[in-house]
Amino acid sequence: MSGPSDTHDHGHHHDHHHDHDHLHPYDPDHHHPHRPDQDDTMTYYKVMETAVRQLLIEKGLITAEQVHRQIEHMDARTPANGARIVARAWVDPDYKKRLIESPKQAIAEIGHDIGPMHLIVLENTPEVHNVVVCTLCSCYPRWILGLPPDWYKSRAYRSRVVREPRTVLREFGTEIAENREVRVHDSTADMRYFVLPMRPEGTEGMSEDELAAMVGRDAMIGVVEAGAGGAGQLAAE
Amino acid sequence: MDRNFTARGNHDMGGLDGGEINRDEHDYALWEKRIDAMMMLLTNKLQIMTVDQLRKGIEALPPDAYENMTYYERWIASVTNTLLDEGVITADELATKMSAIEAEASEVG
Amino acid sequence: MARYSVGDKVKVRAAFPPTPPTHVRTPHYIRGCVGTIERICGEFGNPEELAFGRRYGPKSMLYRVRFRQADVWSGYDGAAEDHIEIEIYEFWLEPAERENAA
Repeated sequence: MSGPSDTHDHGHHHDHHHDHDHLHPYDPDHHHPHRPDQDDTMTYYKVMETAVRQLLIEKGLITAEQVHRQIEHMDARTPANGARIVARAWVDPDYKKRLIESPKQAIAEIGHDIGPMHLIVLENTPEVHNVVVCTLCSCYPRWILGLPPDWYKSRAYRSRVVREPRTVLREFGTEIAENREVRVHDSTADMRYFVLPMRPEGTEGMSEDELAAMVGRDAMIGVVEAGAGGAGQLAAE
Repeated sequence: MDRNFTARGNHDMGGLDGGEINRDEHDYALWEKRIDAMMMLLTNKLQIMTVDQLRKGIEALPPDAYENMTYYERWIASVTNTLLDEGVITADELATKMSAIEAEASEVG
Repeated sequence: MARYSVGDKVKVRAAFPPTPPTHVRTPHYIRGCVGTIERICGEFGNPEELAFGRRYGPKSMLYRVRFRQADVWSGYDGAAEDHIEIEIYEFWLEPAERENAA
C-alpha cells in the first residue's frame, strides 16, 4: 500500500514541509497519507504490534475489520473539522456563545460528533491569548482535530511552553503584546481544549469556506493566530 | 522521619528545559495507526484496560525511553505489558507469536 | 459535593510521592503553589486508581485552578498578567491561607 510521500499533488501550492497552517477546503478524501509499511525492517516493536494484534484477534476480542474501521474513523478527524467550527463561530455570534457554553451540542449542530470527549473551548480575545499543552503525556482534542503533531508530544514543547510560553510562541512566529495575557492550559485530566482564534482583520464579507481556509491546526492549539502565513496580524496590536 | 522524596517521574517534564522544538512532522505509519486503533478498542469498546494504565505503563519505561523509543513504540510496549498484567495474553503466547512473525519476516526477506 | 467554589484560593499539596509506580496527574511543577478555583469540572474517575484498572471506585471532584505564572516560576520572563490553568483533583488541594490585604 503506497501513497505520495513528501509531496502532495494539489491544485494549489503552499510552502511545503507538511506545513498545514492553512487548510484545504473540507475534503473527506484528503488526509495525510501514512508512510507505507516498511517491512524491510520488521523492528522489534513492529513485530510486537503484529503479535499482539494477532493474539487479540485469535482470542476473539477484536477483529481486523474493527481495527480497520477505527483507523478510518480517526483518519476522518482532521483540523478541517475544527476550522469549520471556528468559521461558523466567527460569522454567527449566537453560535459562538452556544459553542463556548455547550461545546458538544454546538459542534453536533454542524454534524460532528465529539464522542466521549469533555471539551472546553478557549476563546482568544484582545485581552487573552490561549495556548494548550499536555505536559504529562499528549492529551489532545483528537475527536475534533485528529492525531496531534509530533512536536506537540515532544519533550521540548511539553517542558518549555508552561514555563516560557512567550518564547515558545515566538519560535512559532507569534508575538503576543505585553498587555495581553498569555494563558497556558495544561491538559492534565479529563478535559480537552480547543482554541477559538480571533478573526483576522480585513475578512469582512468572506464566506465560511474562505474563513475556514484561514484556520490551521496550530491556531487551534494556540501556538499561532489565525490568518494566512501563520504569524497573524491582529487588531490587538 | 524527614525524608523529602522529590523524585519527579521521567514523563513529568513541565518546567524543564527540553531544548529546541523540532517542527518536523511525520505521517503516521499504518502500524502506528493500528496501535492507536487497538488502544481505542481495548479501552472504549472492550473496557479491558484504561487510558491511565497506558500512561502508567509508559511512565514505568526506562528513563531513556523518550530518547530511544518513538511515541508509538512506547505505546505498544505499555499496551503489551498491561495485557500481560491483566492476563489477557501470557508471556509464552507472546514469545511464541513474536518468534513466528520474525521467522516469517526473515523468510520473505 | 464540591468542597471548593469558584474563586476560592487553594494550595496544591506539596506532596512528592515516590514515583514510579504511582500514577499521578498533578504535575511536579505546580506542587505547593497557590491558585484560584476557575471552575468545577465535575466528578471523574480517579486516575490513581484507574492506573491499576480499577474503574468502578468512587469518583473524585475535578477542578480547574488558575495560577499567576509569576507565582509558579521564579524569574518568570513573561508578562505580569500571564496565567496558567490546570485541572487538579480535590484530594490534591487544600485551602490556602487568606492573603494579607496589601
